Amino acid sequence: MTGKQLWSWLAVAFAGLYFLLPLVGMFDFSMRMQRGVYSFEAYRIVLADPQFQQTFGYSIALALLTIVLGILLVVPTAYFVRLRFPSLRPAIEFITLLPLVIPPIVIVFGYIRIYNTSSVLPLTGSWWGTNILLLCGYAVLSLPYMYRSVDTGLRTIDIASLTEAAQSLGAGWVRILAVVILPNVFVSVLSGAFLTFAIVIGEYVFAALLNVNSFGPYMVWMGGNRAYEPSALAVVAFVITWACMGLIQLFTRFSKFSTARR
Amino acid sequence: MTTIALSLPSVRRPRQVLSWFGVAPFFLFALLFLILPTLNIVVGAFRNPEGQVTLENLGKLLSPSIRSAFWISIELSLLTAVLGCLFGFLIAAAITLGGLPRPLRNAILTFSGVASNFAGVPLAFAFIATLGRLGFVTMLLRQWFGINLYGSGFNIVSFLGLALTYLYFQIPLMVLIITPALEGLRREWREAAESLGASGAQYWRMVALPVLWPSLLGTLALLFANAFGAVATAIALTGSSLSIAPIVLFAQIRGDVLNDPHLGYAIAFAMIVLTAIANGIYILLRMRAERWLK
Repeated sequence: MTGKQLWSWLAVAFAGLYFLLPLVGMFDFSMRMQRGVYSFEAYRIVLADPQFQQTFGYSIALALLTIVLGILLVVPTAYFVRLRFPSLRPAIEFITLLPLVIPPIVIVFGYIRIYNTSSVLPLTGSWWGTNILLLCGYAVLSLPYMYRSVDTGLRTIDIASLTEAAQSLGAGWVRILAVVILPNVFVSVLSGAFLTFAIVIGEYVFAALLNVNSFGPYMVWMGGNRAYEPSALAVVAFVITWACMGLIQLFTRFSKFSTARR
Repeated sequence: MTTIALSLPSVRRPRQVLSWFGVAPFFLFALLFLILPTLNIVVGAFRNPEGQVTLENLGKLLSPSIRSAFWISIELSLLTAVLGCLFGFLIAAAITLGGLPRPLRNAILTFSGVASNFAGVPLAFAFIATLGRLGFVTMLLRQWFGINLYGSGFNIVSFLGLALTYLYFQIPLMVLIITPALEGLRREWREAAESLGASGAQYWRMVALPVLWPSLLGTLALLFANAFGAVATAIALTGSSLSIAPIVLFAQIRGDVLNDPHLGYAIAFAMIVLTAIANGIYILLRMRAERWLK
């Protein structure tokens, strides 16, 4: 073993220690609810908690709706920009990068000021309005990831030829987008979608400031009031993040099309 | 071919109009839910409650409590960005140039993808379970080594604890961004340097680092912005006991503490300015860096 290799192993070993200990600690803590024995008691209590079921279900539904909204917004836009308005590209790219530049807490602050009960569009005043606002907020947060992955997907296919072929067979725009373009960029859309899911499922700031009782605020409430359950929740959240990232890797690896043609 | 060419002008006009309908929803959405809300905050920062233009709100940022909150935030973001860059670079260098087995490299990159997204509330819980008063490592140190971590003044609910927690998503982000840059260093450059008699240190100082520095500085700026905007991790870890800028703004919006919306505007505006500068630096330097990595 060379000196270089020795140092590399050392660096990786230290990194492994730093990154694995919190995971081990989290898991260990979540199992110690009953004195003296390891048990899944904390998980059992959390999973049986109606509050958990309600907030978790709500957040999953919201994440799925965010993905649908994101696809509806991003796929046609990225497609038409590539096909018809290449000059708009810089503007669109700038807009889709903005959610990474402007802190989310500032965006939601803007919502509260613009859409409060004394405004023209009092979204925060009703249950439906608040949910729509939260959904749109999450779609904004997902824009950078959705747009970039869809745009990368579109780059790998010849959309001009596909469009002309579809048109010559008599397809309209909606049909072209839904039946021709979307299936061709499906893998890219999925990787954006899983990332969106991982971000939305435990999001806290938007939900808390809009007074929505979703999974994020529920976790914070648990953290302030219980000892062992928060660790169990953290394990659940970590598994979800891990699953989303793993699925992205899996899909991109098995899609020959998106990597072969560049 | 001629028939197609002839039919084009008549078809193009309705098509063009239809295409606008394809992109219009996106712009409308961005306007309503991204641009107008942000502009509202920016304009509000320069207005008093009566609607007149003023710099008074920004002046309030200089009050000792707000100024110290921003200062702690900047220190925290800068410290975790610098350490994140340093350790991330070492790990990336180890997996790209260190001659480690290929599967290990892939495993570390996958893990980095997960860890850089494992921020927020669960991350805070993981660190409390590890380094909290009854945490895994705290107990381990006491039972195995007789070290009383909390007796020595350490507390996870502190600047140091928060920095340790932030590094958990900062380091992986650096690994993800800098690994392609390190892989872009061509073997020929190293060989050319060696054949001209350069030592390893000289190669790094005169060839590799000049190529890498835009990526390094750019990522530093990105990590700064990343830490500066993180709210959920800090709130879940410290409650509101550590007064950093995003937590002050959070409390302000909730109306817990000060209840002066225009001060809230000013804090939010200052946050936008700081993250915009950091991101601007990142984007500019990344464009410079990409010249070498084609």
